[in-house]
Amino acid sequence: MAAYLIRRLVISALILLGVSFITFFLLFVLPADPVRQIAGRSATAEAVENIRQQLGLDQPFIVQYARYLGALVQGDMGRSYLQKTEVAELIWSRLPATLLLMAGAIFCELVLGLTMGIVAALWRGRALDQTLMVTSFVTVSAPQFVVSLLLLYVFAVKLGWFPIGGYGTFAHLVLPAVTLGILGSGWYSRMMRSSMIDVLRADYIRTARAKGLGRARIVLRHALPNAILPVIAMIGIDIGVFMGGIVVVESVFGWPGIGQLAWQAIQRVDIPIIMGVTLVSACAIVLGNLLADLIAPFIDPRIKLR
Amino acid sequence: MTLVDAMPLSGAVTAPDIVLRVEGLCVSARTEQGLKPLVQDLSFDLRRGETLAIAGESGSGKSITSLAIMGLLPQPAVRVTGGRIRFGGQELTGLAEPALRSIRGDRIAMIFQEPMTSLNPVMTVGAQLAEAIRAHEPVSRAEAAKRAVEAVRAVRLSEPERRMGQYPHELSGGMRQRVMIAMALALKPEVLIADEPTTALDVTVQREVLDLLRDLQRDLGTAIILITHDMGVVAEMADRVIIMRQGRQVETAPTTDIFARPVADYTRALLAAVPRMGQGPARPPVTSDPIARLTDVVVRYPLRGGLLGGVTHNVHAVEHVSFDIRKGETFALVGESGCGKSTIAKALVGLAPHQGRIEIAGQAMEGLAPDALKAMRRKVQMVFQDPMAALNPRMKVGDLIAEPLVIHQVGDAASQRAKAADLMARVGLEASYLDRYPHEFSGGQRQRICIARALALQPDLIIAAESVSALDVSVQARVLDLLRALQEEFHMSYLFISHDMAVVDNISDRVAVMYLGQIVEMGTKAQIFGNPQHPYTRRLIEAVPVPDPTRKRMTRPRQSTEVPSPLHPVGQRPDPVVLRDIGDGHLVGSM
Repeated sequence: MAAYLIRRLVISALILLGVSFITFFLLFVLPADPVRQIAGRSATAEAVENIRQQLGLDQPFIVQYARYLGALVQGDMGRSYLQKTEVAELIWSRLPATLLLMAGAIFCELVLGLTMGIVAALWRGRALDQTLMVTSFVTVSAPQFVVSLLLLYVFAVKLGWFPIGGYGTFAHLVLPAVTLGILGSGWYSRMMRSSMIDVLRADYIRTARAKGLGRARIVLRHALPNAILPVIAMIGIDIGVFMGGIVVVESVFGWPGIGQLAWQAIQRVDIPIIMGVTLVSACAIVLGNLLADLIAPFIDPRIKLR
Repeated sequence: MTLVDAMPLSGAVTAPDIVLRVEGLCVSARTEQGLKPLVQDLSFDLRRGETLAIAGESGSGKSITSLAIMGLLPQPAVRVTGGRIRFGGQELTGLAEPALRSIRGDRIAMIFQEPMTSLNPVMTVGAQLAEAIRAHEPVSRAEAAKRAVEAVRAVRLSEPERRMGQYPHELSGGMRQRVMIAMALALKPEVLIADEPTTALDVTVQREVLDLLRDLQRDLGTAIILITHDMGVVAEMADRVIIMRQGRQVETAPTTDIFARPVADYTRALLAAVPRMGQGPARPPVTSDPIARLTDVVVRYPLRGGLLGGVTHNVHAVEHVSFDIRKGETFALVGESGCGKSTIAKALVGLAPHQGRIEIAGQAMEGLAPDALKAMRRKVQMVFQDPMAALNPRMKVGDLIAEPLVIHQVGDAASQRAKAADLMARVGLEASYLDRYPHEFSGGQRQRICIARALALQPDLIIAAESVSALDVSVQARVLDLLRALQEEFHMSYLFISHDMAVVDNISDRVAVMYLGQIVEMGTKAQIFGNPQHPYTRRLIEAVPVPDPTRKRMTRPRQSTEVPSPLHPVGQRPDPVVLRDIGDGHLVGSM
């Protein structure tokens, strides 16, 4: 178990190294010039060159990357070009908001998705199943900004149940979390439905029925723990999808998380922030997958980590 | 002791002893073409303490009957369309689900064919047992746990307390089936339905489970409905038999009468097709040169672990096995699951990495270039156990049979098709079926297609890996006849791999018995079956259920015997079995 964990962490570090290299390279070859953004339109060519030298952006790619990596392993993620603040500090101050949103969103996703999936599987082929699956298809294909604006308009503007945007109370959390939850629930409901249908056909479900157990116990005690395994593996993968989703949703709802930070940084080509947010997201995805793999043996004793 | 001795109750039965009465039962499935009958007009009485066997081949409706009694039919697609099932004054057909639920598991219990998949993999054995008890009796958790331990002890599993905390995957198939029996009998049901309870088990484990069922029945007085295709199991277990075919009852009689005086033609044909030990045709000994020679073949599978993923253990699948297969000979490898017989087959066709030496037609396989290895593979072809899984469902059978010719670039498209048509005829199928898909054929026909495919390259050796195990006995007999006829015609050798001793006795010239990766006895069919020397060989032969109800069998209570693990740490190996010639090439292993 300890050996497994160490090996996984080493692999995770290598993945992060790869991510940092690819992102850094993409930002390097990007036609947008960060120095122009810092200096402003009216700056002289000399001033621009000065700033370029100050930031070390005149150096070849390999040197720039090596410097960045060297600082990174010492815990230094660099300074924002425009905000003149430490990137680590910026991300650190915004991470709690994003983690809170992530927890709320995953909770909504799972409650909505699993319930829909289980209900659809139990009523397979009937009208209820078909309605739920059409719904899930709509949520999977709906763009994030459409759903977020729609919810914002109905529940904040028209009904006034929740604030239009911002951060601070539970009421602020509801709309962004539900938006992300609805968007993600489609995947979970479809996966849960097919997994549940497979499990309900299994021999041990027939055994449970032959024992004279009630329907509720068969579904909750026998079918659910077996059917949920592939879904747990999916939560790990889903964190990646989620990190993409927050950029839009945090911007729409004015949620002060790292998604919003990333959005602003991308507009201004603030490379250190973009790098920092990307690495933190990659960390979250890697750790999420690791966590999902560590949870699996507790549900299915046949899974051995070695 | 015979069955009649074992069950004094079954002799003088009177009407009040009837626990279950089925009258004119009809079960139908809803299909696109309308209602398709699965069981038609089936009637029988089940008396207290008796064992009633419902026997028949696949599609006879025997399992559907048991599910109908339990109320477990996959409704609404399959449902009871007529007749009555009376159980202790209650009508079960049309009974509401809650009422049925209170009977299921409590008064009528059931065990199934597949012990490997019939237990919930994520719940402990103890939880599953206790749950069955608490579903029907208002007892505390502690009390239910205590009774669960008693139930496990009653099925003679070792260390019952430890079993409670174990998960199904930690138990072998035989142990799991004992747990299923414990679960079924924990509440002392009046009726136990056993649907092919030992079909998926090894023969020695089957013997233990059958003995156990009989002992428990004697102690508890439970009536058993035994669903089976195996006439040997019927002969040993049942008081009465119903023979079913295509959903209808063909014949019903006391077991001794069915075997001594079968009335219906179908029953006679069925009994004639059952392979029996000691009735195989005597064939002249084959003394030709070997076509395949294995010398000190070892197959080990490494298990990795630790920080750097190094090899920590090896699975010793095959340990220093040597034997020859002669030209035109049928050589049988027998043994129970995990003994390494299938691994040897894989090594012979180059699908398992091996140490040691394998020669095919005088040429060693080791160190061959890929081209030479491919050419060598033409000489050895394989026929697998499950013909449906072995045939690509998206390919026409003509293409499937011609595929080996395509792979080895033999002839052009027209000649390949002509060859496929010819092979179809050889195995007894119409050449006009070439453009059909595998699902349009029956199980036996599919196995014939697999045999035709194996013949396409005119191999010297065909490996038949459990090739007739999945077939009904009447189909099995015909496929065995076909294999024999093809051997005469093409002078091929067979490596016949099977767990079924009766089939092996019928088809083979020489036999090797394997146990835990090593050969423990080898000799001619007459030597192995007529004069078995190694205790394991004897146990295998004794364990086979004999389709003769008059035969006496000594039974004694047995603990479950478990085969030791073939897993050893790196650097260690199992004790080698030394083979000694006791005369005429009859090799017997050290014990």
